[in-house]
Amino acid sequence: MTTPVLFDLPGPKARKRIRIGTVIGALIVLAIIAFVLVRLAGNDQLDPQRWAVLFDPNSGVPQALGEALVRTLQVALVGMVFATVLGLFLAVGRLSDHRAVRIAATTLIEFFRAIPLLVVIFSLYFVLPSFGIRLSAYAALTGGLILYNMAVLAEIFRAGILSVAAGQREAAFGLGLRKSQVMTLVLLPQAVRRMLPVLIAQLVVLLKDSSLGFIIGYFELLRQARSLVEFFVPRFGNQYTFQLYVAAGLIYIIVNVLLSQLAKLAERRTSSDRRMTGTKGVGLPDETVPLDAATPGPDRTP
Amino acid sequence: MQFFIDNFPLLRDAFLTTLSMSLLAGLLALVLGTVLAAFRVSPITPLRGLSTFYVETFRNTPLTVVFFFIIFGLPQIDFAVGFFTGSVLAVGLYTAAFVCEAVRSGINAVNPGQAEASRAIGLTFGQSLREVVLPQAFRTVVPPLGNVWIAMVKNTSIAAGFAVSELTASLQRLSNANAGELLLVLLAVVIGYMLITLTSAYGISRMERRVAILR
Repeated sequence: MTTPVLFDLPGPKARKRIRIGTVIGALIVLAIIAFVLVRLAGNDQLDPQRWAVLFDPNSGVPQALGEALVRTLQVALVGMVFATVLGLFLAVGRLSDHRAVRIAATTLIEFFRAIPLLVVIFSLYFVLPSFGIRLSAYAALTGGLILYNMAVLAEIFRAGILSVAAGQREAAFGLGLRKSQVMTLVLLPQAVRRMLPVLIAQLVVLLKDSSLGFIIGYFELLRQARSLVEFFVPRFGNQYTFQLYVAAGLIYIIVNVLLSQLAKLAERRTSSDRRMTGTKGVGLPDETVPLDAATPGPDRTP
Repeated sequence: MQFFIDNFPLLRDAFLTTLSMSLLAGLLALVLGTVLAAFRVSPITPLRGLSTFYVETFRNTPLTVVFFFIIFGLPQIDFAVGFFTGSVLAVGLYTAAFVCEAVRSGINAVNPGQAEASRAIGLTFGQSLREVVLPQAFRTVVPPLGNVWIAMVKNTSIAAGFAVSELTASLQRLSNANAGELLLVLLAVVIGYMLITLTSAYGISRMERRVAILR
């Protein structure tokens, strides 16, 4: 570990204070957890039988949640593919030499970036029917995710393309490549590589946003949990309500954490060889060091 | 047009609800996020761990799930909150994680020499953070914090699914009107959001120019 700049390494007294503080803090956290558990137990939420239903195939709960997970991933996957492709086109369109294309792409991007995703979904679901176009909850949710995220992804791609050093573009034109070749063979590969961590982070956001299906009644995880609850309540009362919601929430969190780890992996891989990609460096202090080292020092003069 | 005039009070109240929800949640997120960022760079390992855990958890949880736990989960430990309070809490707690990340990137962007110098003249960790590092960090993170704010304003729309009658909910409520009038409502809702996001964007870019540090 590098020496921290903001503070001295704690000495014996400070370490002792930190230890005492840690113990007290841990006790407080434990007290809060205990309090929550006691309250939950007081409401009989910790009864193992109530949790067993989540793993009992006879109850149909694991299957239903599994199918809901598949539906969630389906929406997210379709959304990701289309939003990425459309986002690429929009980004290239916004950088186009033709004014009409540029204005159209910019308007589209700025419009969808300015309004909330839920408004886009609601428009598709509630407003379009009054024009005779009736979309299913699935189509409205996926459509909303695509329209909104293509605008966000377009801006990410554009930032990536602009971050590629100008020399790359000039050299490509100098070699006699066409405009489209310069974009697809030289600029985009470097831009995508540069933007991979941000891109995956946005895809995590897209996956998270698929939970909005809950509000318009698409049977993703949360809505599925809700419908299971509605199915169970007449028979068993609110016995399984809390457990089902917790299960649905936890599945979401686990899937997202996995995808986020992928983003971290991509970031580590791209940042380790950033200097070779010919893109503008961020100007880290240590990047200037080799320049000084390259100048002949006094010991080299004869 | 008559339809629009008839529903004006509803839309106005919805707009004010969105605005007040955004301001309250934004304040909560800014304060909590800054404290979390200070934890993240503090000399005390457990605090760093706590902050990392918080940020990782909330960044990977869909906001709808956060809403869910706060509005339907808290009553299970006998802490029922109203729909409006619950929504503000959900959006605020969720956004705090993103504010923390933005502020932390700002702290990292401050020249290490500044921190070294403040330590050399004998300031404690808290003092050097408060007096030297954070004021500079906040200046550099005006644009990212602005983006977080605008995203947060848009995220308040999720409260529509949890019985808060804000802008998006008014769209849902008036959706059985006929086409021409419904488009007007949609237009009003979009304008309502743009009123907040576009003025914020303008204000942020002005502030950015005012406080920018020339290096």
